Order: sequence, then structure tokens, then C-alpha cells
Amino acid sequence: MDDLYRDYILDHYKRPRNFGALEPHDLEAEEHNPLCGDELSVQIRVKDGRIEDLRFDGHGCAISQASASIASEELKGMELEEVGKLGADWMLDLLGIPVSATRRKCALLNLKVVRGAVSGDRDWPV
Amino acid sequence: MSISARAAIDSLSPGAPGDEFADLDVRRDFPILTREFDGHPLVYLDSASTAQKPQVVIDALAEHLRAHNANVHRGVYTLAQEADAAYEQARARIAAFTGADAKTTIFTKNVTEAINLVAYAWGRTNVDAGDAVVITQMEHHANIVPWQQLCKERGARLRYLEVDESGQLDPTQLDRELERSDVKLVAFTHVSNVLGTINPVAQMTARIRAAGAVSLVDGAQAVPHLPVDTAAVGADFYAWTGHKALGPTGIGVLHGNAELLDEMPPFLTGGDMIASVDFDGATWNELPYKFEAGTPPIAEAVGLGVAAEYLRNLGMERVREHEEALTAHLLTRLAEVPGLHVAGPPRAEERGGIASFTIEGMHPHDIAELANRGGVCIRAGHHCAQPLMRCLHVAATARASVGIYNTPAEIDTLLDTLLAGREVFGL
Repeated sequence: MDDLYRDYILDHYKRPRNFGALEPHDLEAEEHNPLCGDELSVQIRVKDGRIEDLRFDGHGCAISQASASIASEELKGMELEEVGKLGADWMLDLLGIPVSATRRKCALLNLKVVRGAVSGDRDWPV
Repeated sequence: MSISARAAIDSLSPGAPGDEFADLDVRRDFPILTREFDGHPLVYLDSASTAQKPQVVIDALAEHLRAHNANVHRGVYTLAQEADAAYEQARARIAAFTGADAKTTIFTKNVTEAINLVAYAWGRTNVDAGDAVVITQMEHHANIVPWQQLCKERGARLRYLEVDESGQLDPTQLDRELERSDVKLVAFTHVSNVLGTINPVAQMTARIRAAGAVSLVDGAQAVPHLPVDTAAVGADFYAWTGHKALGPTGIGVLHGNAELLDEMPPFLTGGDMIASVDFDGATWNELPYKFEAGTPPIAEAVGLGVAAEYLRNLGMERVREHEEALTAHLLTRLAEVPGLHVAGPPRAEERGGIASFTIEGMHPHDIAELANRGGVCIRAGHHCAQPLMRCLHVAATARASVGIYNTPAEIDTLLDTLLAGREVFGL
């Protein structure tokens, strides 16, 4: 089996969960991966300080799409305050594959856009 | 230039042309090609990004720093005179390589700086509100953003020549633009860094001149790969860069029209570019020094001079013959991959050694990642041409590009990695 392109990664890439538009939504943000120009946006519905539902939209490589898809399942139900504190390790651990330094931004783009929507933080997760 | 580097150039034996791929037999000149990655020999197919360096260039850089290093244009001592001579010999070699005059051959940091030089020094004095600058949809960001900034600042219009489905410009659109008689400058690439398209530069510059406008040609992807005679190209400004032409990074070249350069104010100001400085002002040095402020990239110029000499000894006609054959092989082999689409002109003779492609079901980043597993270096991304990506209706492409040291077998290795990659993706 391939180290990077594992079955679950390719499965999330080909059938990304929680992709599309979310109406109505309370929060949204959009970001670019400067490496390749890929775009990713998110729409989030909030209830009682938690993410009730969310949808990503955009295109990207297997790493960025699978990361967003896998993260989306974990983010549902999470407190906004907790989301704002999520760091790079949270995403990379969740992804569970060895991501090279140049592909790191592919994996972290979804977290960047979510944190941007939730807290206005536009920095790359560290 | 050093004695040892000169001896190395004299002893170059580029090999005889012969087999169907016009093999240039230069691989042993490039030490990096002996590297392996996870047991796979390096297959470098990213020369459009930067070229690998022959030993003579590496030696010339080191020899200059070891034995001839001093600042230029200042010292009376012998060592400084050696550095001066090396720097000016490099300029003479580089100018001769592209059919230009040494006096109007300006060293810059790269093509980006060369274009900014023109956009600032010529643009800010010649482009006004109501004027237009025309560029094309196939430009590198380096030949877009400086004009966007200029036009914003001056209240001028920026218009684009369109790229058709085969990746080519329509000459009649250039004529229509020029007939509007508001065009001050037309800037375009000689060879597209994404599509590989070779533009008919001489015809275009002749029309632009006839219409009373100024032309700038981005030759970054042309000078290293085609016989380029800038006098025949006829552009008012022709820019190219050292590191894509087997030379070091940090050095670019701008060939300019002497009359325009004389009239233009300087771009960067400070040391070396002045004739004299008083408390109230300064007068400018003669060409080309007026446009070379501060200590220039001396060793890099020497290295690029040797690279130009190396290419001249090989013969640019032979370089082109070799790379055109490789490109034909590349296009033929890529066509074997299911779901693969190549952008740009269909025939190798219409393009430089560049093939940008997409594969259905695979993102370009993943294509490049999987190619790397076989030691194959290809690029993935927007190649600093995001507006063109929009025309191609993609966010990114994978891009393979060839150089003098590549072989048909390396392209076959690329193909193996692409086919293996499709399997990983279950395609």
C-alpha cells in the first residue's frame, strides 16, 4: 500500500464528505493555496457556540481535499472556542500520513479557512 | 575570466550530431545528473524553471571568487583590473551570444527586475492617462504585474491579446489593437512558459514599430533553447535570465534600444550609476552603467558569460534540433496516457521544450509527487501564469520541460511514473 495515497485518503479525495453549499450559514471564509492557486471555501452554521454543520467547497489535490473531508467530520459539533485553538498537529495527526514540507500547506489549507471563518485568524496553523 | 575555466571551455567536446535524437552528448558536463533519489537516477524535467549547471560554469564562479575577486569600476590595483576585465568580458560574450551590443546590454537581477526597469524608467515617463499598454494572456506574472501597476498609477489602460484554443495569438488582434492608436507599448513573451508556444516575435515587433509603439519581449524561455538574434527580433527591449540559460541565479539581462535607454531616467539610483554627485543632485553614468546601480553580480556575470560561451560552442541550432526531437517524443508519449490533456500547440516544431498537462482524476500536485517517486522532477502549479490558467479553465497543470542534457529514455521514465501514478489513484 502507498504511504501517502492510502485507501482512505483516496476515498475522501474521490468522495469528499461535507462538500457543497450550506444554506443558511452564519460564518464563511475563502483561502488560496499560494503554491498552486487552489481555492477552498467553507460555510459554517453555528448553534449554541458550536459548529452545527459545515460545508467545504473548492478544488485541490488529494491531500488538500482529503484533509478537508476528514476534518469536516471532526469539526461538526466542536465548540468555536476549541476550533480557534486547533493547531497543525491536530490536522496532521488526523490525516495520519507523512506529509512533506512542501505539501504541508495542502494539508493545512482547510484548517486555515475554518479558523479564518471562526476567529478571523488568517495565519497558517502552526 | 580564469585560465582554468577558459581552458575548460576550449576543451569542450560537445559531441557529434548523429542519431535520430541529435544527442548532444553533454550529460557528463553536468555533475548533478549523477545524483540518485531512493535508488532512482535523477531525471530532471524542470529546466523551464531553472537549468542545471555545467561544470565549466561552476568552475568559473569558484575560480573568479578564489582568484580574481575585487569590486568593479573602482580599483586601480591589478586585482581590481582583473575583476573589471572579467565582468566586461562576460558582458561582451553575453551580448555576442544574443546578437546585441555590449553597451546596451544591462545586467539586472532577473527578468522580473529587467521588466520593472522598463516599466519604471520608460513607463513612468512615456505612459499617461488615456494611453494603453497591450500584453497577452500567456504572460508570466513578471510580464503582467509591472504593467498593471504602471497602468493603475498613470490612469492608462491595460489590454490583453487573447490566446486561442491551440495556445496561439491572433496576429490580426495585434493589428486591431495598434489601429486604436492609443498603444504606447506592447509586451509579450518569446516562448510561453506554460504552453511552449513560440510567438512570431520579429513580425510582431515590426508591426509594433510601424505603429509607433515600443515593444518588450520576455526571452526567458527562448534564449536558452533557440537561436536568438536580438537584432533580428527587433524588440526595443529584450529581457532574459541567467539561471535558465545554464548560468547562476541572481543575474538577468536586458538588451535595450540605445536611443530609448539614453532618454530614460535611471531606475535604481545610488553608487556606480552616476557620473558625478553634488549636494543638490547627480548626473548619470554612460550606458550600460546608468542602469546598474550598486555593486553588480560580478561572479554571476562571469558564470553567465561562460554559460553563453558553452551554449555558443554547442551551437544553438543543434540545441534546438535536440530539444525539438525530445519535445516530439514527449508529446507522442504523453498522448499514450489515458485522460491526459496537453495544453498548447500540437506540433513540436511550433513550441519550445515545454509540455503542460493535466490528467483527469489526478491533481497536478499529486502527479508531480508520484513522478518524484521515480526520481523524476516535474513542476506542478500555476507556473506564475494565473490569468492563463483561467483561460485554460484549470487552477494548475503539471509541466515537464526539457534541456540540452535530457534523453528520450528519461521521458520514457516520466511516462512510467505517470502510468504507475494512475494506478495508485485507481484510474
